[in-house]
Amino acid sequence: MGALRIALLYWRVAALNELQYRANFFIQLVQAAIGFGTGVAVILLVFSHTNELNGWDAYELLALFGVQMLLGGVVHSAVQPAMQKMMDDVREGTLDYVLTKPLDAQLLVSVREARVWRLVDALGGLTIIVYALTQVERAVGLEDVAGFLVMIVLGAAMLYCFWLVLATMSFWVVRIWAVNDLFEGLYQTGRWPIGIYPGWLRYGLTFLVPIGFAVTVPAEAVTARLDWDAAVGAAAFALVAIVLSRAVFRRGLKSYSGASA
Amino acid sequence: MSVAARTPVREEGRLRSYLDFYATTMRTAVQANFQYRADTFLYMTGTIIEPVVYLVVWSTVARAQGDVAGITAGGFAAYYIAWTLVRQFNLAFTPYGWEWRIREGRVSANLLRPIHPIHYDIAEFAGWKFVNVVVWIPVAVVLVLIFEPALHPGLEDVLTFVPALWGAFLLRSLNLWTLGLVSFWTTRTAPLFELYILLELLLSGRLVPLQVMPGWAETIAAVLPFKWTFGFPIEALVYDLPVSELVGGLAIQTAWIVGMWTLMSVVWRRAVRRYSAVGN
Repeated sequence: MGALRIALLYWRVAALNELQYRANFFIQLVQAAIGFGTGVAVILLVFSHTNELNGWDAYELLALFGVQMLLGGVVHSAVQPAMQKMMDDVREGTLDYVLTKPLDAQLLVSVREARVWRLVDALGGLTIIVYALTQVERAVGLEDVAGFLVMIVLGAAMLYCFWLVLATMSFWVVRIWAVNDLFEGLYQTGRWPIGIYPGWLRYGLTFLVPIGFAVTVPAEAVTARLDWDAAVGAAAFALVAIVLSRAVFRRGLKSYSGASA
Repeated sequence: MSVAARTPVREEGRLRSYLDFYATTMRTAVQANFQYRADTFLYMTGTIIEPVVYLVVWSTVARAQGDVAGITAGGFAAYYIAWTLVRQFNLAFTPYGWEWRIREGRVSANLLRPIHPIHYDIAEFAGWKFVNVVVWIPVAVVLVLIFEPALHPGLEDVLTFVPALWGAFLLRSLNLWTLGLVSFWTTRTAPLFELYILLELLLSGRLVPLQVMPGWAETIAAVLPFKWTFGFPIEALVYDLPVSELVGGLAIQTAWIVGMWTLMSVVWRRAVRRYSAVGN
């Protein structure tokens, strides 16, 4: 619980800091609208040529897009800024300031920075999901919504672990500006159900990069098409990812030489 | 260009010094980027995923019903693999870069140089492309083996493709550079840039081949510059276009480059005036 208190404290400071710049809210609104427009245009375009894509109809795909946008908003506001700061600090040797504090290093690097306004994306995604659900033909029950909530939390956790591993690479390879581009590129694959990708890519996007578990599984849950195997698999994978990413981070920390070395 | 016209006497020496400048800057860019191969490779992976996603989606649709707007699964594979090379070429200095320069006050240093600052950005990115193409080749081989493109270019297609690649780079550099100059008036160019990317996605052939778009969108795309920065080189290589269309395409691309260069020069002159007004 102490960890949660620290996280909330840091996020509150970040929020207060950012709330000073209110114009950014409108800019984020414009950007979210552009992202939303692109996503919907693509779905419309695909479905002007076909009625279903790998067993998903247009509204189910819209729900999937909503999930992708929701999780994207969470990652961009709470995960990516902190990871970016950590990579900068490793490069400049200023990570010392984190390591000298009497708290868990992983906790500190993960909560130091946040962007409140990016939550606009998350709200937009949530709106899309709700709208899509009113149009979907399958009957979506309460247990589906509950499953969705669990799966989306696990999804966010997996994306965090993935980012942490990426950012930890900066301990060994110092200049990795492209990590952000890499994540954005990989994350775009989440707009489509994982099943449409050819085998090798599907496995890569499920186990190497947890996009399949993180985005497709919650979307399956909310459109009442999730089976238990996938749910249990996602939960198990999330657990493995949490343990593994922590081990990688600790390993990376050992090779950090600091500013004075 | 106009600078050179003012001093006709030293025309020849000026051209030589431009060539020299470009050769040196490009060489430096190649060396700098070869040092950070891991970075280039990650960047490449990020840019390769985008077309692979489009390719997977559209070939799924094409396989289910034979073709989409006349393009088969193999046709989509050819289109999007050519796309990956075009993308390596049309990467250019973005408005984000300009925003950073203005915010950090880096422009003064650029102004002190004796030549127009756009040359520096163009030369640096042009050099970077040689590194990217080297890293791109193995990636392309893998993509070809996996997706089996239907690609049978003639000699005239290849001869158009190569200059069209550089033309696409030049035109996209000019578009983004001019857009970036808006940072002299407001430091919030991100929404403008994203709007540009949205238009580019839909109207350049980046997201889908233009013939897959509805007819009216194709008509709009024909009169806008986006197509000449992305779709045209791909179409020249992948489709079986008649020579008249290939040559005509290069001519239109060149016309856009000349037009954008003029616009860029005008905006730059106003931007610099504004900059000194703020700085003093």
